[in-house]
Parts: sequence; structure tokens; C-alpha cells
Amino acid sequence: MSTDTLRRLTATEFTLFLRDKIGPIFGVLFPTTLLCVFGNIDFFTDPANGVDGQPLLYTYTPILVGFVIAMLALNTLPPTLASYREQGVLRRLRTTPVGPAQVLGAQFAICLGTALVSVVLLLAVARLGFDVPLPRQPVAFALSAVLAALALIGVAVLVAAVTPTAKAANAIGSVLFYVLMFFAGLWLPIEAMPPALRHVSEATPLGAAVQALADSTEGHWPPAWRLLLLAGYVVVTALLGVRLFRWE
Amino acid sequence: MTAVIEVQELHKRYGDKVAVDDVSFRVEEGEIFGILGSNGAGKTTTVECVEGLRRADRGTIRVFGLDPVRDRAELTQRLGVQLQGAHLPEKLRVGEALELYRSFYRRPADPATLMAALGLDGIRQTRFGKLSGGQQQRLSIALALIGNPRVAVLDELTTGLDPRARRETWRLIEDVRAGGVTILLVTHFMDEAERLCDRVAVIDAGRVVALDTPAALTKRAAADLGAPRATLEDAFVALTGENADVH
Ligand SMILES: Nc1ncnc2c1ncn2[C@@H]1O[C@H](COP(=O)(O)OP(=O)(O)OP(=O)(O)O)[C@@H](O)[C@H]1O
Ligand SMILES: [Mg+2]
Repeated sequence: MSTDTLRRLTATEFTLFLRDKIGPIFGVLFPTTLLCVFGNIDFFTDPANGVDGQPLLYTYTPILVGFVIAMLALNTLPPTLASYREQGVLRRLRTTPVGPAQVLGAQFAICLGTALVSVVLLLAVARLGFDVPLPRQPVAFALSAVLAALALIGVAVLVAAVTPTAKAANAIGSVLFYVLMFFAGLWLPIEAMPPALRHVSEATPLGAAVQALADSTEGHWPPAWRLLLLAGYVVVTALLGVRLFRWE
Repeated sequence: MTAVIEVQELHKRYGDKVAVDDVSFRVEEGEIFGILGSNGAGKTTTVECVEGLRRADRGTIRVFGLDPVRDRAELTQRLGVQLQGAHLPEKLRVGEALELYRSFYRRPADPATLMAALGLDGIRQTRFGKLSGGQQQRLSIALALIGNPRVAVLDELTTGLDPRARRETWRLIEDVRAGGVTILLVTHFMDEAERLCDRVAVIDAGRVVALDTPAALTKRAAADLGAPRATLEDAFVALTGENADVH
């Protein structure tokens, strides 16, 4: 029963995710739209304004990958789970053979799958529409993206585990989203940050993720410590999230 | 006969408020056992301890010999639950909810049969958030039975149902019991208790004040009142009365 349950739970939750429209709009359409907007502004495409002689759009592509992941993880998962808790949906599930691992697993699979689709779309539009080169080290890029998604979903599960209401989960999720996006360089690319800020950025999950994605976009493997740091975030948040998970 | 549910000296308090104070009863296999009592008497708390949703402070509970908290995985396969005021995601459709819950169990029931019996056919495409109170209640009954449980715990089975739906639900419950399922039923309706229950426990302020067949309870009430006959409601009022909701 276990795999069938997980499959059915994931399929049902995915239907609800699509019906809700928030995730698909903000996690898939919005980042690619943002890329198209940037791509049509000379400031972003003129190499003279960029970092290391590259157009700023190249620098922003990995940042937008981080944006996709953070948006999906932080702004959809915590409100969904917290409203399930608030409305007694989880309480009802608790009387069935379904366990927390399956409830979290379904949300996790949806987040990861949607992030994958959204990142592929983003890279394809960047390449075909705006001549942004594809990552030169695709294996490292894929690994960094998956680790980043796992780390951010872990943070989201942790938020969902401890917030009592959907409102609180929404608020905490959005604040975290903006804070982490700041450190990931959405407003100020990490390369342009003062050294102290840069060190802080590199220690945050999304900052580390964007740096790893940028490294592999340029064609080299990110330093091992960066990937280990991301993996550390994955393990710690996942363990804490499952431990602290409350049905009601 | 063997006991399917055994509750012994159950105690449960919330903070310094005692909700359940030494409740004991046994439900035999194939029996429909009712729990009656005023609002706040501790009925929901009692059955939620049986379901394993709440942890008893003291006392022992066994369902098929299983501990509801420790042996959850096995118990949830065999126990069907209808919660008082439970919810599903707003945008989940009736048919989808049944298919989803069906996938949780080893030997599920046929959703089509349940939908027909509970009058859900016409609304299978309707979202949970758009159902009327009674329709939500009917779905909740269907979900309690979708796993083909050997024992069902139903908290306020027919609250919110129209008279026709109530009768149809009673018939369904009788059919389910005829299939050997044991049922623990919380209700505020005396006609429901008289029609369905083999025995009832009346709980008042967290204590069992009477435990017998509906017929025996009404007979005793008639004798106490010195009247030729009494109803179960007379018995209930006499048994609960003054100290209800006073602690
Ligand atoms: N989660 C809780 N926290 C604190 N007190 C609670 C909680 N749940 C129930 N109570 C209290 O415990 C007592 C018993 O509640 P319970 O829900 O078991 O009553 P009930 O018999 O099911 O009532 P009703 O007929 O209204 O459904 C009540 O006084 C109630 O206020
Ligand atoms: Mg109750």
C-alpha cells in the first residue's frame, strides 16, 4: 500500500497545487517573465555594465534559478501545510495509515518536480531568447540545483512544521524569501557586495546555492565546502522538520 | 463474545480541567455501542483516546488488543473514524477524496457503492468547500467506511443531516454492522440511539452514570418516575440533569 499511497497522495496534492494556481504562476511563469523583462533592458544586456565583462543578464540567470527554487519552496509549501493543520485536514489524515513522511514526501515531490520544470523553462528561454550560454558544467549545475532545492524545501518544511496558522506561515515564508533572496544577490549581485556581506551571503543556503550555480555556469566545479554546506542544510532542516512536525 | 474495544479507568485532563474521569466500558464484536451525554461531558475526548488522537493520562485502552498510540500503523488499517468537525482541502472534489482515502488501505471498500448509499453520486465533482454541511457530513461518513474497517468510531453520526438522509444513514450503518463491523457511536439523538444501539453508556461530567440497553434504561426511568412508560430522553434527562457542565 505504501508506494501506491504516496503516488496517489502526490497526484492528488499536485492537482490541488495546479487548481490553486499560486505555485504555477509565481514559481513557473513569474521567474521566466522576469527574465524576459531583464532581457529587454539594455542595462542588463550591455557587457559594459556587467561583472567580468559579461552582460548582467548572464549573472542574473543563476540568481533567477535560485529565485524559482526559493519561491516554490518558501511561498507555497508552508502556507499549504499550515492551512491543512489549521483546517483539521492533517488531523483527519492522522486517523488513517498515512504518516508524516508521506504527507511531507508528497509536498516535497511536487516542489522538486515543479522547480525542475521551471528551471528547464528558464534556461531554455534564456538560451533561445537572449543568447545566454547554457551552464558549461551541466553535471555540477544539476547537482547544485538539486541540493539547493532540497535545502530550501528543508527550510520550508521547518517553517511549516512550527507555524500554527496559514497566516503566520505565509508571513514567515515571505520574509524569509526576501531575506534569502537578498543574500542570493537579487538586488545586488554577490560579486558586487562588500567582503563582509559576501561572507554572510555565502553561508546562507540560497547564497551558497547561487554561488554554486554561478560556478558551474562558468564551467568549473564549485568548491567542495560549498556543496557540503548545502548538503548540511538539507540534512539538518529535514531532520528537524520531520521531528518538529505537528498534526494539530 | 469477545471485546473489540476495551476501555479501563480512562482519565484525561486538559490543564486542570478534568474532561474524562474514570471511564470504563467494553464493546463486543459486532455490537453497536452508543455514547450519550450533554455537551462537554467528555464523549469526544473519550473516543479520540480510543482512536489514538489523544493520549490518555491514565487507564488502558485496547482495540483488537492493540494500543491505539503505540500500534497506530496496524490499528489505522482496521479502524474507520468519523471526526466531529473534520475537514478536507477546500478544492478537493468528492470523488477525488474517496479515491485518495481508498488508496490508504489494504482492502478498501468500493467507492461507487458507498457513494450510492450516501447519496453522493450527484455531487462527486463538487469541491469540498462548496458542499453543504449535511453533504460534508455524508462524505465524512463515506470516508470513515472506505477502508472496509472492522470497527468504526463515529462521532455525531447524523448531526446536520435531513430526516431522509438520517434514515438512509441508519440503514447503511445497520448493513455495515450486518457485515460484522463493530461500531462505537456518539450521538445526541435519542431516536438514533434507540434504533441503532444494542447498549449505551451515558456519560456525565466525565463519568459513566449508566450503561445498559436502551430498553432497560427506559424501563428504569419509568419506574423512577412512577409512570407507565418513559422514553430514552426521560432517562437521559434524569441521569444527566443538574451536574451537567458544572465541575
Ligand atoms: N483541546 C482541548 N483543550 C482544552 N479543553 C478541552 C479540549 N477539548 C475538550 N476540552 C474540554 O473538555 C471537556 C469535554 O470535551 P468533549 O469535546 O470531550 O465533550 P463532548 O462530550 O464531546 O461534547 P459535545 O457534545 O459538545 O461534542 C469540555 O469541557 C471541553 O471544554
Ligand atoms: Mg463531542
